Order: sequence, then C-alpha cells, then structure tokens
Amino acid sequence: MTSFTFDVAHFLAGGLVLVSFMLLYQDRLYAVLNIFALHAFVLALSVAWQAYVQGAPHLYVTAGIALVFKATIIPLALHRIIRRLGIHRQIETVVGVGLTMLVGIALVALSMVVMLRVTQAANPLAREDMAFALSVVLLGLLMMTTRRNAVSQVIGFTSLEDGLVLAATGAKGMPLVVEISVAFSILIAFIVIGIFLFRIRERFDTVDVQALDHFRGERQ
Amino acid sequence: MTGFGVDLLTLVFLIPLFAAVILAMVSNYRLGALINVLAALATLIAAGSLFFIESPAPGDYLLVDDLNIVFILLNTFVGLTTSIFSMTYIAHELEIGRLTPRHMRFYHAMYQLLMFGMNLSLVANNIGLMWVAIELATLSTVVMVGTYRTHEALEAAWKYFILGSVGIALALFGTILVYMAARPAVGEGMDGMVWTVLVAHAHDFDPALLDVAFVFLLLGYGTKVGLAPLHAWLPDAHAEGPTPISAVLSGLLLNVALYAVLRFKILLAANAEAIAPGPLMASMGMVSLVFAAFMLYRRRDIKRMFAYSSIEHMGIIVFAFGMGGPLANFAGLLHMVMHSLTKSGIFYAVGHIAQVKGTQNLADIRGLTVSHPALGWGLITGVVAIAGLPPMGVFMSEFLIVTSTFARQPLLALPLVFGLLVALGALLLRTSHLAFGEPQGSRDPARASYIPMYVHFALVLTAGVYLPAPLVAWFQSVAGLLG
Repeated sequence: MTSFTFDVAHFLAGGLVLVSFMLLYQDRLYAVLNIFALHAFVLALSVAWQAYVQGAPHLYVTAGIALVFKATIIPLALHRIIRRLGIHRQIETVVGVGLTMLVGIALVALSMVVMLRVTQAANPLAREDMAFALSVVLLGLLMMTTRRNAVSQVIGFTSLEDGLVLAATGAKGMPLVVEISVAFSILIAFIVIGIFLFRIRERFDTVDVQALDHFRGERQ
Repeated sequence: MTGFGVDLLTLVFLIPLFAAVILAMVSNYRLGALINVLAALATLIAAGSLFFIESPAPGDYLLVDDLNIVFILLNTFVGLTTSIFSMTYIAHELEIGRLTPRHMRFYHAMYQLLMFGMNLSLVANNIGLMWVAIELATLSTVVMVGTYRTHEALEAAWKYFILGSVGIALALFGTILVYMAARPAVGEGMDGMVWTVLVAHAHDFDPALLDVAFVFLLLGYGTKVGLAPLHAWLPDAHAEGPTPISAVLSGLLLNVALYAVLRFKILLAANAEAIAPGPLMASMGMVSLVFAAFMLYRRRDIKRMFAYSSIEHMGIIVFAFGMGGPLANFAGLLHMVMHSLTKSGIFYAVGHIAQVKGTQNLADIRGLTVSHPALGWGLITGVVAIAGLPPMGVFMSEFLIVTSTFARQPLLALPLVFGLLVALGALLLRTSHLAFGEPQGSRDPARASYIPMYVHFALVLTAGVYLPAPLVAWFQSVAGLLG
C-alpha cells in the first residue's frame, strides 16, 4: 500500500469523526439534518475509497447506499417530517455544549487507546479505521443520550451505524457487508418513514421524548 | 451441503417465512389464527424430526448440533402453544374493540416473521447471518409491542427500539472484531464468519482482540437477554404489548439472545490466552438476579411483575453458564427450559386474568381462586413453579445451581440464595393477594384456552419429579460442549 492511499483513507475516516463532533453541538434540527447529510457523504467517500484500495467492487454498493439512502433520502424525509410537525424552530440542549464536547474527546481518546492496543497485529490502515470507527460509534451513543428529541435520537443512531459500516469496510475482505448495510437501512427506513414519528405526533403533539417520560413505567 | 437433512433444517425457518407471507394476505382473522397454529405445528414437526436424521455437515450458513437442537425444539414448541393461546386471546381483544381485524393480519404475519427470525438465528452457523436474524426478530417484536397504540405502548416500543438498536449495534461491532481476529488465522472471505471454522482455529486468534470483541458481544446481546443494567426496555415491552408477545418474549427471544452469547463463550473458551468469559457472565447474572428480586416488591402491574421475574431468571441462567463446569452448565440448560415453559404458561394465565378482570393492576385483582378457579389455581401453580418451590422442575434446576456454587465458590452462593429468597417472598406475597380473599371485579366466566397453560405446567412438574435418562444424557453432552 502506498502512503498516498493510506493518507486519503486516514483523512476520510478522520473527517467522519470530525463531522460526528459537529453533530454533537448542533442545537437546531435543520442544522442537525444538514450535518448528518454531510456525515453520510463523507462515509460514502470513505467506503468508495476502501472499495478502490481493496479492489472490492461490492463495497461500491455499500457506498451507493450511503450516498443515496442516507445522505439524500433520510435527510429529505426528516425535513418533511419536521416541517409537517412544525418543530423546526425547536432548540434543544440537555447537557451543556462544553461538557458534551469534553466527554466526546474523552470517548475518542478511549477508543484510540483500546483499539490501537489490541489491533497491533492488523495492518495500519485497518487499525486506524477500527479506532476511528469505534470513536464514531461512541459519539453516536453520546448523541443519543444527550438528546431528548426523537428526530435527533434517530440521527444519533444513524451516525452510530455509519461508524459500524466504516468498521465493516475497514476489516478487509469481510463478507456480508452489503447485506448488513441493507439490513441496517431497512431498520432505519422502518423507523424514519414508518409509524413512530407519526404515531407519536398523533398521540402527543410532540416528538420530544421527554414528554413521554412523565409516564414512569408504572400505572398509577 | 445438499441432501434431505439440510432440507429439513431449512424447513425450520422457511415454513414461518412462507406462513408470514400468506398471513399478510389473509384478511379473515379466524382463518389467519388457524393458519398461524398450523404453521407453528408444521415447524415443530420439522424441528422434532431433526432428532431422527443424521446431522448434516455444517455449511457456510447453517448448522445443527446438540446445543442448538435443544433451543430449536423449545422455540418451536412454545411457538405452537402460544399460537393456540393467542387464538382465544385475540378473539377477546377483537370483541372488546381493543384491536380491529385489520390489525390481526399484521399481527399474525409479524408473529410468523418473529418465529422466522428466531429459528434462523438458532440454526445459523454464520455470525453475520445470526446477527441479521436477531435484528429481524427484534424489529418484529418492536412493532408488535406498539400494536395497541396507547400512550404507554408507544413509549414502551420506542424505548425497546432505542435500547434494542444500541444493543444490536454493539453486537455488530463485536462481530466485526471477531472477524478481524480471525482473518490472520483463517484468511479473508466467508470462512472468517463461519462459527465452526472459527472455533477450530480459535487457538491462533489474537487474544486481546478477542477479549474486546467479547465485551461488545456480551453487552450487545446481553441487552437483548435483559441483563441489568441494560434491562430497562424489558418490563415496559412485556407490560404494554399483547400478552402472547410477552409470552414469546420471555420464553423465547431472551433465550435466542442468550444462545448467541453462549456461542461466543465457546469461541473464547477455545483460546487459552483470552480472558475467561465466565466471571464476566457470572457477575452480570448475579447483579441482575439480586436487582430484579428487590424490584419485584415495588410492582403494581401484574405483567410488569412477571417481566422482572424474567430478568431474575435470566440472571440465574447466565450466572450458571458463567460458573461453567458440567454440573452448572447442566443446571443452567435445565433452568432455561423450565423457565421458558413456566413463564410462558404464567403469561397465558395472566393474559386471560387481565382480560376477564379488565385490568392489569395488581391492587384491583383479588380472590381469583373463588371467582375463576381454573385460572386462579393455574396462576398459583405457575408461581409455585417459578418461585422455585418443590416439586416443580425449577426447584430442581435451582437446587443444582446452588449446590454446584456451594461446592466451588461458597461465598458466591450466599448472594445467590439471598436473591432467590427475596424473589420468593415477593412472588408469594403478591400472589396470595391475587389468588385469595374476597373476589374483586368481574366474576364473568372466562373464555380461556387452558390447555397450553396446563400442558406447560404438567411438563414442568414431570421434569421436577422424574427426568428421563435419555434427556439427562443429552443435556450432559451439551453441558460438556459448553465447557
């Protein structure tokens, strides 16, 4: 592997982590969606580059799914939902931005320490990829826990899933990557287009998950 | 990879898949319920006949061995009895207008899709395929939990979806790490995900990578098993969905996730330098047991109470497998089978009780043995069994777990026994309130299907009194396999 191909792969995977950080501090929903589209776009580039480097044409399918489905269809669908629900002006922050960013940095450091230590036998590209992928997964989890809004939680989950796709493509020659990304797309499509947001709207006139929380798990 | 044996194996998951497609098109709900039962029966027959054929050589995708055949048979059997229970249950729900016939089409199709997902993950020899199948099973239950579309049902489904997805995502990351650990030893491509190949080469894998992978897998699939502190979705999902779904969730889906954990435990055990998975599992199991035992006291909802009891029992089972060794593994397997049969039987009783009384609230149900003797005594039988009192089968498996723990780690046996006693107290306290005293609420005769419930309890009682020698031998060989 030449140093140029390595640098590009490294650059793209690192870019994905950076965009994950950008997702963390967006407090307006439209901005979250736009950054998420960028996230999926960077993922598509990264996967396509891996497909080219590894000479694995089936990975182009995964890149295509990321580009068409995640970078285009999901943000557009969520845009529509947000507009129809009239929540586009909503501002939401549960934990302060500064604290969230600090936790995010700690998580990235943690994943670097863990993954770089255990993957010493693997080739450098795979090592870096796994470390970045775990960072993206953990940042996605962080976003899901710091957000109260159903739309942002779905975005957090989808960005987490981007990290998994990055990991799967980084593990050279892994079978079933395309199938797994299709399965994930079904999962997300199911939730996004599907029933939940509309039903939640139908019943509670809000997609703020906190509004559901007054029901504390016990019938009174 | 061809031949009669493999065809039988594929039938175990192809029948539910075809049934799901057909049921999605059948608009008559009575016919739908009947097809549902017939499909479950056909699947059970296919699963049972696996015993009588020579096990086919494991392929890239499918596998049948001594371990998963126990799970498959249990899965298809409880799938059948639940489909019978579901017939009377949903007929009542339609009558009182909680569900419409349009929902039924969807419900039946999803039921078979769930069976498809679970059976496929049980026969999968491929860790990627197993993951996809478990994801599918989770999705179909999420939808069914939300069936009633009430405030509570939606929250339960949402919570289940979020926590279940996070669990599933962590499990996938673990799966990818296993592949990375395997790649230097078995080469690129499909072999790196075939379980039998992985186990054969596990001694060459990088132990550090395998350790990290197992932590992700245990947390990921452990969420689906309902281990504390990742259990938050479980009580809500059990309480708010239709009761047949609570029965299959507790009786089957938790086992399927546990099965995935066990497969990876065997994989780790095959590598001498990797961490021992046992202590991790034993401590998570112990925490779940003690935590759930205390939570049982604060419950006000009958289905939620038995959901916490499921967490408790999954804790016991995971603890037993974590202890390892022939006796504890044997007891863990036995306990798993007993718990599935008992808990789904209890949910059949609870479903009818909640229907006839029109409430799930513990405080509003009293004197069941007077107003509805068959249901009341059925519930008592179930609670006696699940609380681990003799002569039921759960007593025997719990007794074996406690004695094997005493023999090897006496200090660990103390919190174990403590947790069991706390749970016993809570269950008896609540049940005496439910079953005895002046009856409250409706006294209308229940239109219930008693057969599935009593068949389950009869099997549990039989196992407590007498275990047939071939079954014991079978379980012993599986316990040996688990290491």
